[in-house]
Amino acid sequence: MTGLGDMNAMRRRLLHMHRAAGVGHLGGNLGCLDILAALFGQAMCESDQFVLSKGHAAGALYVTLWAHGRLSDDDLATFHRDGTRLAGHPPASGIPEILFATGSLGHGPGLASGLALGWRLQGVQGHAFCLTSDGEWNEGSCWEALAFAVHHRLGNLTIVVDANGLQGFGATREVMNLEPLAAKFRAFGANVTEIDGHDPVALEAALTVAGREGRGAESPGVPGAPRVIVARTIKGKGVSFMEGRMEWHYLPLTDDLLAQALAELDETERTR
Amino acid sequence: MRRRFSDAIVALAGDPTLAFLTGDLGYMALEPVRNALGIRFLNAGVAEQNMISVAAGLARAGLRPWAYSIAPFLYARPFEQVRNDVCLHRLPVRLVGNGGGYGYGVMGATHHALEDYGALLTLDAMTVLVPAFGADVAPAVTRAHVLSGPSYLRLGLAEEPSGSEVPPFAPWRRVVAGDGPVVLACGPIAGTLLAPLQAFEKARRPRLWVVSELPVTTLPLDFLDDLRAADHLIVAEEHVAHGGVGQAVALALAKAGATPSRVAHRHAVGYPSGRYGSQKWHRAECGLDVTSLLALFDEREAMPSTDDSQ
Repeated sequence: MTGLGDMNAMRRRLLHMHRAAGVGHLGGNLGCLDILAALFGQAMCESDQFVLSKGHAAGALYVTLWAHGRLSDDDLATFHRDGTRLAGHPPASGIPEILFATGSLGHGPGLASGLALGWRLQGVQGHAFCLTSDGEWNEGSCWEALAFAVHHRLGNLTIVVDANGLQGFGATREVMNLEPLAAKFRAFGANVTEIDGHDPVALEAALTVAGREGRGAESPGVPGAPRVIVARTIKGKGVSFMEGRMEWHYLPLTDDLLAQALAELDETERTR
Repeated sequence: MRRRFSDAIVALAGDPTLAFLTGDLGYMALEPVRNALGIRFLNAGVAEQNMISVAAGLARAGLRPWAYSIAPFLYARPFEQVRNDVCLHRLPVRLVGNGGGYGYGVMGATHHALEDYGALLTLDAMTVLVPAFGADVAPAVTRAHVLSGPSYLRLGLAEEPSGSEVPPFAPWRRVVAGDGPVVLACGPIAGTLLAPLQAFEKARRPRLWVVSELPVTTLPLDFLDDLRAADHLIVAEEHVAHGGVGQAVALALAKAGATPSRVAHRHAVGYPSGRYGSQKWHRAECGLDVTSLLALFDEREAMPSTDDSQ
């Protein structure tokens, strides 16, 4: 698993990067950083691919790729600036680990299904991982993709739902309540696991088990069914004044707030 | 053209990278494709947005996917998936829309494709193939199959008289020679025009050109020569004026400094009466029927820069 020190290094990098760029979307980026760290750090093999369906978490993905040496500090310094490849949402080309430009919600599950199906048709090993938000399941295309993936027995597909309970203009329960999400995914025929999306042990276990399928090994659950991991998360995780607050979908950081956030991260390491 | 399309795909089935998706359509047409491709044939269900995203994923995984539906369900319903998932990455996904123009006739407006290639040609790297004759379908399919980027194949019904001899499929072709005005047609309407135009005596016989691959970029020299001699252009297409062949050709001519003194454009105009009928009936309502088009050759009708965009 990724240790607290490494996780906080990513959080600090993310905060600095967003502060330097003067952009928001911090809450949803911080909230999925543990998931991305487990995916890229422990779960994914060379043959696997990742699709970030919640494209507004591009910053978290860039920082994760940075933590794995796939992007440099110089790359991150261009984030959100003129002429950058690191736009506010993932780019269509130029970064080998990013296969698809996303940002309009509801595309990732279908794209990842296509990858998983394409590998299977060619007899190629590999597991497709896709990260969606929970509000994203308002989009009908997500359900189209899940029905397709179950029907075509895409066991080499795992969709992780970053369920932070907040979306663009309200709480998911208040905007268009889709709970109980796990029960709905089960009813579609997927293998469903519900975990604490900030528990590195639980994340590593769930994602590693999921990833086995598609690499010749079997995973528990309904054979051949795609997997959905409902990861319960806290938007803005790690920075107390952002945690669970919708406005941090939008607000940019000030220097004072950045200092406060960094001090909090230092404190968690001193007191652990 | 559906049967010919099916045969053409079957002929390519030996390519192990070919995969075929349908949006739950193709009954009585695609069964041979299903049989030839086996697991590489997938009915994606009535879920076109997902079908296009899946096709993009298949292409990213190294396959050569085709996606089939009734035209509007392929370019209009999942337009964002075509734009974001396919075209932003220039992925070689081949879209096949059946029923170009008013092809679905009295089935009604929801099934018509009057703005398909105009809309799709706004997207990066998109190539549009519009077979005009039955014999065009197989080479158009082969062309799409080898393209490295996205494409859209617009299918209709073959309208040429059986036994017609036409030049082989090409982006631009002169299919009727003469000394009269230049008629530029896009799609199977060229087949319907074939016999009536051939019946003219040579001195007045219109020169029928067919464009089958879009976008219009540069104009062929032979076409420009014909146009210079005739100084009279009539464009006929079963597509709205906006984003159509007429506009593209007018711009290309303007850039080339070759705009003829007389230009007429006949195109789809939607549903001016609010009523529905066969494809032929809708064409007549748009002035795209043979009688209306022939009337354009009449000297009295052929006023300078006739505006037919009513």
